[in-house]
Amino acid sequence: MSKADRMWLRRRLLDRAMTGIFSLSMAVVLLPLVFIVVFLVIQGASSINWNFFTKVPAPVGEPGGGMGNAILGSFFVILLASLVGVPIGLLGGIFLGEFPGSRLSNVTRFAADVLNGTPSIVMGVFAYSVVVMRMHSFSALAGGFALGIMMVPIMLRTTDEMLQLVPQMVREASLALGIPYWRTVMSVVLRSAKSGLITGVLLAMARIAGETAPLLFTAFNNAFWTTSLVQPIATLPVQIFTYAISPYDDWHRQAWAGALFLMLLVFGINILVRFVTRQPQEVSS
Amino acid sequence: MKEIETMETVGVRKAGLPVRQAGSELAPRGVHEEGIGVDSLSAYFGKHRVIKNVSLRIPKRQVTALIGPSGCGKTTFLRTINRMHELTKDARVEGKILVDGVDIYGSGINPVQVRRRIGMVFQKPNPFPSMSILENVVAGLRLNGRYPRKELLEIVQRTLVQAALWDEVKDKLHQSGTSLSGGQQQRLCIARTLAVEPDVILMDEPASALDPLSTAKIEELIFDLKKRYTIVIVTHNMQQAARVSDRTAFFYIGELIEYGSTKEMFTHPSKRQTEDYITGRFG
Repeated sequence: MSKADRMWLRRRLLDRAMTGIFSLSMAVVLLPLVFIVVFLVIQGASSINWNFFTKVPAPVGEPGGGMGNAILGSFFVILLASLVGVPIGLLGGIFLGEFPGSRLSNVTRFAADVLNGTPSIVMGVFAYSVVVMRMHSFSALAGGFALGIMMVPIMLRTTDEMLQLVPQMVREASLALGIPYWRTVMSVVLRSAKSGLITGVLLAMARIAGETAPLLFTAFNNAFWTTSLVQPIATLPVQIFTYAISPYDDWHRQAWAGALFLMLLVFGINILVRFVTRQPQEVSS
Repeated sequence: MKEIETMETVGVRKAGLPVRQAGSELAPRGVHEEGIGVDSLSAYFGKHRVIKNVSLRIPKRQVTALIGPSGCGKTTFLRTINRMHELTKDARVEGKILVDGVDIYGSGINPVQVRRRIGMVFQKPNPFPSMSILENVVAGLRLNGRYPRKELLEIVQRTLVQAALWDEVKDKLHQSGTSLSGGQQQRLCIARTLAVEPDVILMDEPASALDPLSTAKIEELIFDLKKRYTIVIVTHNMQQAARVSDRTAFFYIGELIEYGSTKEMFTHPSKRQTEDYITGRFG
């Protein structure tokens, strides 16, 4: 075998080996997801039925019952959270994206990153002391507040990034027409970044949909239907948690079903995101 | 198509007076001071001085070409004329630019108002990506909240005809602006600039990203437009400068080396550097 041949063989083997390692890593990444999905479907699918969506939890020992109130409650609390988190996050993110180099922006960006990495239970404690203690009651409002605060840094950073992706050329085109800067941002820049911003909102919602810790001592739980702002409210994650730690098989099955539904919900939001971003992206190259 | 103009603007144009726009904050100006007068202008990026004490007078309703090797400051100079230069971080300007007698860097002058009167076409076509052709044309008006819906359509047609694009896009006004070819996009950008009825149009190498056919169209267009607008064009293309411009300014490392009628400059340049550049010996 000549030297060139040996070199060739070596490169070939190395290539194969590396490709193998990368493929293996991919499989390792995907495997947990596949396991979780399969496991949830096996354990939970049988308990997802009409009652699951329409009934409130049944007392121990009684058959039937469902998570209807928790599903509604989750949507309600996510909505409340969005009312807090989306406007603040979006407006703050516009500042970051449009004045990326300013001192305030750098401080805010750093704060957002720290906040993003803060354990979610801390948000719960914060909301507990700010809202629950003052109102002397667990409430949907407190839950929405806790999750809303969690949304703010997520929204800040995605808005920031999306706006910085809008080419400077687009801003200049608008400014050169004698359009004031505020109007340029509102009507030209935001419009160009629209699909990215919608994606940001959806992903932030998906992110908080499964949060349990901040809700434990803010929204607490409720065995009945409610959409009152000032009363405790059931949510999917808390209901799943309550059922999962109980000693009853019935409740365990409900917890599995709840977990499956919650995962499908997040999955659904992610698919929606794909759909939104797939709309003809007409950002000129 | 007949051009739609109000009696007022027709009257003013016939008298050779600049068209005044409603809401303009600029002070009245004298007829004898028409055009753009640049007076000892220097422009900086931070500490770096990229335009060095340039003075020149750009006549009204003529095409003035700015030529010079890359990095000589001609684009920067162009961007000082509609106060776009200062948008860059740490950029600033010293000196005066008088547009029809008013110093656009004077105190109390709003750069937004300046840009409404001095339009700009960029090197790379940059239609608004999220807007249709129609929306692109009227963006400057609509976002300034100036015209009712009915009149907008007339303006769209008029400016697209002016920009020699109407026949190509009249059946697809609602398609995205970015769906057009590069040359069409650039003409769309010109139409968009015309729609706000500026007095001056600045062009920063408007044809450098286009193929020869599109370039020819843009040049024809410039020839048409100078009947009504003062045009300042930056170009890297000597032939283009010779073809389209009445006057030429040659910049070199931030300094104005020579300025005069295009014919004169291309046949008998008075400076050695100009001659070397024009004949392709450097740059």
